[in-house]
Amino acid sequence: MPHSTDEPGARETGRAEVGQVDQVAEVAEVPEFAEVAVVGAGPAGLAAAVTAADHGLDVVLLDAADAPGGQYYRSPADGLGATRPGRLHHHWHTFTELSARLAAHRDSGAIRHLAGHQVWTVERTGDGDWILHAVTGGDQETRTAVRARRMVLATGAHERQLPFPGWTLPGVVSAAGAQAMLKSGLVLPGRRIVVAGSGPLLQAVAVSLTRAGARVPALVEAAGYGAYARAPRVLAGNPGKAVEGARFGAALARARVRVLTHRAVTEVHGDERVEAVTVSRVDHRWRPVAGTGRRIACDALAVGHGLVPQLELALAAGCVTRPGLDGTHAVVLDARLGTTVPGVWAAGESGGVGGVELALCEGELAALSIIREVRGGVRGQEARRAIALGRSRNRLRAFAALMGTVHRPGAGWSEWLTGDTEVCRCEEVTAGRIRTACEELGAGDTRTVKLLTRAGMGWCQGRTCGFAVRELATAHGTGQEPGGPDRRPLACPVKLSTLADLDGPG
Amino acid sequence: MDVVIVGAGVVGAACAHYTSRSGLSVAVVDRGPVAGGTTGSGEGNLLVSDKVPGPELELALLSATLWQQLSEELPPDIEYELKGGVVVAASQDSLAALSMTATGQRRAGVEAYHVTPDRLRDMEPHLAPHLAGGCHYPQDAQVQPAVAASELLRSAGRRGALLCPGEEVVGILTDSRGAVRGVRTTRGELRAPVVVNAAGTWGGDLAALAGVHLPVLPRRGFVLVTEPLPRLIRHKVYAAEYVADVSSGSAALQTSPVVEGTPSGPVLIGASRERVGFDRTLSVPVVARLAAQAAALFPVLGDVRVMRAYHGFRPYLPDHLPAIGPDPRVPGLFHACGHEGAGIGLAPATGQLIADAIRGKRPALDLAPFAPERFDAE
Repeated sequence: MPHSTDEPGARETGRAEVGQVDQVAEVAEVPEFAEVAVVGAGPAGLAAAVTAADHGLDVVLLDAADAPGGQYYRSPADGLGATRPGRLHHHWHTFTELSARLAAHRDSGAIRHLAGHQVWTVERTGDGDWILHAVTGGDQETRTAVRARRMVLATGAHERQLPFPGWTLPGVVSAAGAQAMLKSGLVLPGRRIVVAGSGPLLQAVAVSLTRAGARVPALVEAAGYGAYARAPRVLAGNPGKAVEGARFGAALARARVRVLTHRAVTEVHGDERVEAVTVSRVDHRWRPVAGTGRRIACDALAVGHGLVPQLELALAAGCVTRPGLDGTHAVVLDARLGTTVPGVWAAGESGGVGGVELALCEGELAALSIIREVRGGVRGQEARRAIALGRSRNRLRAFAALMGTVHRPGAGWSEWLTGDTEVCRCEEVTAGRIRTACEELGAGDTRTVKLLTRAGMGWCQGRTCGFAVRELATAHGTGQEPGGPDRRPLACPVKLSTLADLDGPG
Repeated sequence: MDVVIVGAGVVGAACAHYTSRSGLSVAVVDRGPVAGGTTGSGEGNLLVSDKVPGPELELALLSATLWQQLSEELPPDIEYELKGGVVVAASQDSLAALSMTATGQRRAGVEAYHVTPDRLRDMEPHLAPHLAGGCHYPQDAQVQPAVAASELLRSAGRRGALLCPGEEVVGILTDSRGAVRGVRTTRGELRAPVVVNAAGTWGGDLAALAGVHLPVLPRRGFVLVTEPLPRLIRHKVYAAEYVADVSSGSAALQTSPVVEGTPSGPVLIGASRERVGFDRTLSVPVVARLAAQAAALFPVLGDVRVMRAYHGFRPYLPDHLPAIGPDPRVPGLFHACGHEGAGIGLAPATGQLIADAIRGKRPALDLAPFAPERFDAE
């Protein structure tokens, strides 16, 4: 490990000597102040930041990425020669419009956009303000802090993965990851790519892959689209979603992608990398039906099972969460997107996975709610806008709930695991070991499984395996509560010296 | 059923292990999972070095022997490691105090060896330079606490013990004379003439259900966990000030660096103590202080990334001694709680003393200093 034994020691001595307080520490004593801090510059955060700035509020927008847009509006780095990045996106015009407003506000100083800033925790001060602690720089070595009276958490989601035999083989990529690779670097994970899992993202991914030149022999969806039709009122309220679905269907047909519903990839084959997958029929509980396996040759597999809200900062702030119909936890929100903690609002996937349209709507609505609180009321036009946004939100939330129900993994998925299938890749914990921890050592919840097996203790801190571990604990445990959302008091790894720098004198 | 043990942490597990081994039939009930409270939040310290001569040190020395026996009976997954502790002093003053403590400990049967600054660097090459000296305690050891607790329970289970996680005790059943008849839980009743309170931080609440006073309070601690590293740190290393912090009764924050490697790679950094009730939010100042102290002790750690932080609540009693033994106020009620930050280390001795006390055998140690009713006179 590269290190210098002299330098940190010298810093220690330096702090101990009077009058040698280093600059960084001094700056951090009085953090930058803002009326509103928005965390996340994806659709929800962007909408919240520009709306708040439009109405004269002083905003700091913190985002881990170098360019705004989040996971959804991810765009190629300059110099890659991408001429039409919008081709891979929907609502691209909305993004270009938001970006233009952000740029204008940045120029005028109304929004300070701290790109490349990863917030690792938030804390409340004695007088009710929030301190957002962030790291930035190439190796995330520089620390900063922002002090804000109010906070909008638009921290998005990460992809939900379910393990299956062979999923650690090179060539297996996450569906969202494949999409991100395309959007940011315009690279394909393979030439003949099976897309599998569950959820509407798969359609978008399959279409993007074929447009970028890949052959997609099959889109394998474990649920069925028919379930949507059983909620006609929700569909009637969301005609745009039906149109979107039809458009994807047509695009998939044109690209000769076979759509296989009620089926799942239950095994991946190959020595060095993916050569083929086995696709099996699954019943309504996602249990593989014996004897239905069929091999499909491919050189890559893009797989995903929906998204999981990233709640680290909401939990750090003390926001109450609730379990959703999709099997994930989300922040409890009121009609104005306030969390259970005063001074904290949340928008987009934080309140439950619902997609880009909902994120845009909620970001704007959260900002209007803050304006109402700051000003003690809003003008008629803004009030009407808030009502309209509230209606859209209810409609879109109803659709999100339907989507979550349709694509929630059925309890039988774990039957496609073998004892030696790795569930936690970071710590190489197999399904068999988790089963033993539950059946013989008395674990029945995620935390105890983690304590007894190390599942979820590695680099990703359980972001990849958390859902699967919870499901296995429920399936094999003794009927205990699986526990609330996974807690990660540090939202990202932080260097020890960075933490040490925060230690004041005395 | 002979005995109901309330609490599936390491102390309850050890009580289950030793009572079932003495031939009694046992049930262990816990409102949460196995090792769900303080046990699962601990570092797994089995220390004699941080204890001054007295009843707790006697308990620790007995436990050290028992842990060594258990390490041969239980699977290697418990990660028992007789790694030894190194206490370091930064100044001549703290070294003098440390040497005095060590002299007393030696008389009480602790192995303690003075270490010169040169030798300190041999033992722990990454320690900061310019330390005044230290003390080596070869009897200090470590286990993986959650695995150790569940293996102790599994061993009790093999002898017929019934394990009931996720079942909360809501009442203590007594007969007309006030003697214990069992417990009422959220799922029904478990009848037994003996109930053992091994509820850790919640031990005071359980005592209250039996109508007796036991002032167990939570004392919060944070632990930082780094990314996995090759073995940089060989012993459990901590600063001489730690001993003073452990025995302090102050509600204010105390931090003293405790740094150690683990067989899985990550380095664990403790130890903070503060009385803030059951506050579960991350305290940035505490975490920053721990980081600064660890980096001062081991400058090499400055460049290491901290992956996560977690907290736990140590169950402490005002005189820093646990409550172990029968409660004269309620016949049939036994206590085995209030071990503060030393529960993993003191668990086997506690389990054995409780088993002997239930059996009416003469216990290996005098239980008077641990008498659960000792706070009634206040």
